[in-house]
Amino acid sequence: MDALGYLAFGDTGWSDEIARGVLVTASLALVTLPVGLAIGFLLALAKQSREETLRLAADIYTTIFRGLPELLTIFMVYYGMQIGIRQASLALGFEGGFEINAFVAGMIALAVVFSSFASEVFLSAFRAIPHGQYEAGDALGLTRWQTMRTIIAPQLVRIALPGLGNLWLILLKDTAYISVIGLSDIMRQAGIAARVTKEAFLFFGIACLLYLVLAILSSIVFSRIERAARRSEVRA
Amino acid sequence: MTAIVRQTLLAPQPAPPDLAKQWTRTRIVGHGLMAVWILAGLGMVWWLIGAWNIEFVDRYLPRYLAGLWTTLSLVAISIVLGAALSLPLAFMRMSDNPVLGGIAYGYVYFFRGTPLLAQLFLIYYGFGTFRAELEAVGLWWFFRDAWNCALFAFTLNTAAYQAEILRGAIESVKPGQWEGGAALGLRPLQTFRKIVLPQAMIVALRPYGNEIILMIKGSAVVALITVFDLMAVTRRAFSNTFDFQTYIWAAVFYLVIVETVRILWNRLEKRLTRHQQR
Repeated sequence: MDALGYLAFGDTGWSDEIARGVLVTASLALVTLPVGLAIGFLLALAKQSREETLRLAADIYTTIFRGLPELLTIFMVYYGMQIGIRQASLALGFEGGFEINAFVAGMIALAVVFSSFASEVFLSAFRAIPHGQYEAGDALGLTRWQTMRTIIAPQLVRIALPGLGNLWLILLKDTAYISVIGLSDIMRQAGIAARVTKEAFLFFGIACLLYLVLAILSSIVFSRIERAARRSEVRA
Repeated sequence: MTAIVRQTLLAPQPAPPDLAKQWTRTRIVGHGLMAVWILAGLGMVWWLIGAWNIEFVDRYLPRYLAGLWTTLSLVAISIVLGAALSLPLAFMRMSDNPVLGGIAYGYVYFFRGTPLLAQLFLIYYGFGTFRAELEAVGLWWFFRDAWNCALFAFTLNTAAYQAEILRGAIESVKPGQWEGGAALGLRPLQTFRKIVLPQAMIVALRPYGNEIILMIKGSAVVALITVFDLMAVTRRAFSNTFDFQTYIWAAVFYLVIVETVRILWNRLEKRLTRHQQR
């Protein structure tokens, strides 16, 4: 069969399998994003807290998960969860095997890695906001939460957006690692197709191109979001 | 209005007593989280001591060290080769020639926009598709070996990142510096080497450090193409023993390397930029 035949949809070709892989990759990244952002934001709050123990606890988290290879983090979460759940269930008297969902394990591992980098982006954004902004909130009689929501957050988002855009692209690429614990993402589907058809260059090349397409689409979306976030800025 | 003037000064008072530190919510949360970390750390140490087994150490420590050596040498060689390759790339990217600029842009975009894992598979498995052609040009011996493929993929990958670092740093040097060199009668190459590059390297220092750390972390993927680096050794040890401490030890090794590089790099940066510090 020629290369075009391999790329047909349906039973003979691989396009439908690979398209499903694209959906899995995109949905994994999209599900991880809000979790990672939330944890990263809380970590940034902890890192700029006046409480020393809170800062230290957040710094330990960042040091560990920023320094470990993503692949190792994924294996540790996957096998760690498997062993942990098995022992917990044995302790509770259950018998039998448990399969950890690769999607959930991957999401946790990627969210942990993403949040430790995102916390640094948020932290430097926090530091770029002058202290007078908080004082202005106090002077207006706003509560701490109101100040954060109506004064600080809108500026924070604007400053942090470029950094978060980079992290999103890294996250998209890191999802490829989840294929090693059996998630049927782009990489895994391309690998299966390559093994069956012996056309490794074709299918891994397609995988690379698909990641590029996802990256290009993301940059388009991100530049829109950035423009939207800056619409209120005074034009000089 | 009569002014009230105190005739005698107040005797010196002792400093007010320290306000007792209050147990605010943040303070409780902070102590709680630290307690979790400390307990987790102690628990892990206790577990590792309990699981200490001299046979395990005898059997696997030499393998871990060999894997560590593979990881470090792979990263070191590819960073150096990548640096050499990044120089022409950065100049192509900055050139006014649209063809050269376009090629360099495409190269950098491809290698920065796709996962290292996909690039590695494309080279290791993909080049196998062209075995006959590679044999014809006498390059098959190179691409047959997984270590060579990993080195090749890493070099191409890091060259793309380093080219961007270099370009950003060179462009951050003000054009007046070039003009200054020209005014002194230096040739462009001399100006570049003696005036622009030293200033650009200072700017590039921090991103270069980050790139080294990224490469150390990224190098773990070679375990998937049968190169016996630290990660592959760990995986082999885990599948033989089903003992989770194999992964813990790998994590310790990686954290120690990455933190060492970071601390050394911070020192280096501090020393090299001491003329800028006030």
